[in-house]
Amino acid sequence: MKKVTKETYLNWYEEMLFWRKFEDKLAQVYIQQKVRGFLHLYNGQEAILAGALHVMDLSKDKMITAYRNHVQPIGMGVDPKRVMAELFGKATGTSQGLGGSMHIFSKEKGFYGGHGIVGGQIPLGAGMAFGDKYHKREAVTLCFFGDGAARQGSLHETFNMAMLWKLPVVFCVENNGYAMGTSVKRTANHEDIWKLGLGYEMPCGPVDAMNPVAVAEAMDEAIDRARRGDGPTFLELKTYRYRGHSMSDAQHYRTKDEVAEYQKIDPIVQVKDILLEKKYATEKEIKIIDKRVKERVAECEKFADESPYPDKSVMYDVVYEQEDYPFLSHKL
Amino acid sequence: MRTIQFREAICEAMSEEMRRDESVYLMGEEVAEYNGAYKASKGMLDEFGADRVIDTPIAELGFGGIGVGSTMTGCRPIIEYMTFNFSLVGIDQIINNAAKIRQMSGGQFPCPIVFRGPTGSAGQLGATHSQAFENWFANTPGLKVVVPSNPYDAKGLLKASIRDNDPVIFMESEQMYGDKGEVPDGEYVLPIGVADVKREGTDVTIVSFGKIIKEAYKAAEELEKDGISCEIIDLRTVRPMDHKAIFDSVKKTNRLVILEEAWPFGNVATEITYQVQENCFDYLDAPIIKINTADTPAPYSPVLLKEWLPDHEDVVKAVKKVLYR
Repeated sequence: MKKVTKETYLNWYEEMLFWRKFEDKLAQVYIQQKVRGFLHLYNGQEAILAGALHVMDLSKDKMITAYRNHVQPIGMGVDPKRVMAELFGKATGTSQGLGGSMHIFSKEKGFYGGHGIVGGQIPLGAGMAFGDKYHKREAVTLCFFGDGAARQGSLHETFNMAMLWKLPVVFCVENNGYAMGTSVKRTANHEDIWKLGLGYEMPCGPVDAMNPVAVAEAMDEAIDRARRGDGPTFLELKTYRYRGHSMSDAQHYRTKDEVAEYQKIDPIVQVKDILLEKKYATEKEIKIIDKRVKERVAECEKFADESPYPDKSVMYDVVYEQEDYPFLSHKL
Repeated sequence: MRTIQFREAICEAMSEEMRRDESVYLMGEEVAEYNGAYKASKGMLDEFGADRVIDTPIAELGFGGIGVGSTMTGCRPIIEYMTFNFSLVGIDQIINNAAKIRQMSGGQFPCPIVFRGPTGSAGQLGATHSQAFENWFANTPGLKVVVPSNPYDAKGLLKASIRDNDPVIFMESEQMYGDKGEVPDGEYVLPIGVADVKREGTDVTIVSFGKIIKEAYKAAEELEKDGISCEIIDLRTVRPMDHKAIFDSVKKTNRLVILEEAWPFGNVATEITYQVQENCFDYLDAPIIKINTADTPAPYSPVLLKEWLPDHEDVVKAVKKVLYR
């Protein structure tokens, strides 16, 4: 695995903090009604993305996930201003304002969505890997989904074929404890989701996903296995989300003490402690990073605010590749 | 011109396109070693190998989604369903992913995929194996729906569907695979979205598509003996629909009968009826008649099934009714 250095920690701190603050900003503008629809935030789960990015080959590896998907494309290299603009429904957004919060895409940067149907992206992730294998690209797909999606039939059909065909894919369940308001223990007779891999003889195991180093190590092994043609891996990334499932979630299903317990092992706090402990940065230097993050987030909001809404014709431009598709009329 | 079976036309179309473009592959249940449940992929495993003609487990949701996902990394899959009745367990991948991925990504991810297999009834197969979902798929923006009725159209339209950069639902029939028809030796491609006048006439327009159109042919022969001249339009593509072909014919004959093997509520015939009343209101000399299956699940017993399905006698009756005879 690529070494975890001072630079790695500094980068992790700034990026994870940026993702956190980006999401906080979205929550704020949601209340101002600049962003509408559902809004699923990543707060608490940042170590997963940080660890994965450390070991991916961003020149060819790809990522696909569900609807908690704002910060992954940013990590992959998409301009965060364009992600913010997508949530504002603006023409400058990643999908020109057609996708919204749950459907962020960037083909250029290897981020393949952004999917709103729970578990619907699991076969897609295997299919992306199928296409890469078909074209002999030695690229790997990281296919993310939540603990709720692990109960969908699509997972089982996909696991079976991915193992049968040794597809270069890493299946990653982000187990944040709750499928909306239903805890993992209330959805199955077992709680170790990673064991679902055993029935398919797929290499599998649990990972401490509050720690980016642990994530990177597990991912590195899995990506390496996929790249050398030995097929998929199933990782259960044990994580936690601080915010509700979406914005209108009173969170009666858990206690404040439980949230506080996880905040003690917050990935950003863990990395910050290491920065200070190992003298990679002083308090003063960290404050400079914090300030820079705040400014970067503000720039995103400004860009999204000032961007124009899409032209009405775009609605018809993006449905079919066929340029003159004869849509039926719907209004006088 | 040589005569070949419908299944051979399908096989030729797929094979020619796979020779032409290496990114095209065929995936489905029994497509490879078994040579296709209806032998529509006979010999293809031998020619193209197991990397491109791929047997799957019985997992329509999974392999449909893998097909869609592979379009995102440059493949052009042909996904075969043994019947479109089985597509229902995988329909999420068609409706929520194939039809929408281009739009949701703001045009970044086109989805060049063909989902093909038989539709409709095929003898006494009972309720779950006799369904026609053309209107379900045709209702969905993002999809195209092609339903050929003979080997010539099937070959030319399947080749067009495989070359199309949008997802195409291509619907065949168990009862057509053995049908023979003239198909030229050389290559040809037929355009999607263009109807075909299968029989010219002056007194009444009959619009139909798929295998049930054969009942219209029989009816037209019979009606000709009574001096009634029927024009038969084969839609060939349900979405997008060739409205002009329908309107032109109705403006000539002033009468319309629509024959569709599907449940009557909100079906393709209903849509045609709306379009014709909106665009040809002043040309109509009689109310439009739709002939469909009964508004019930398909029954098994032969007597009941005959009653359930529309046939040429229903067409004769309907034509006489719109002619007030």
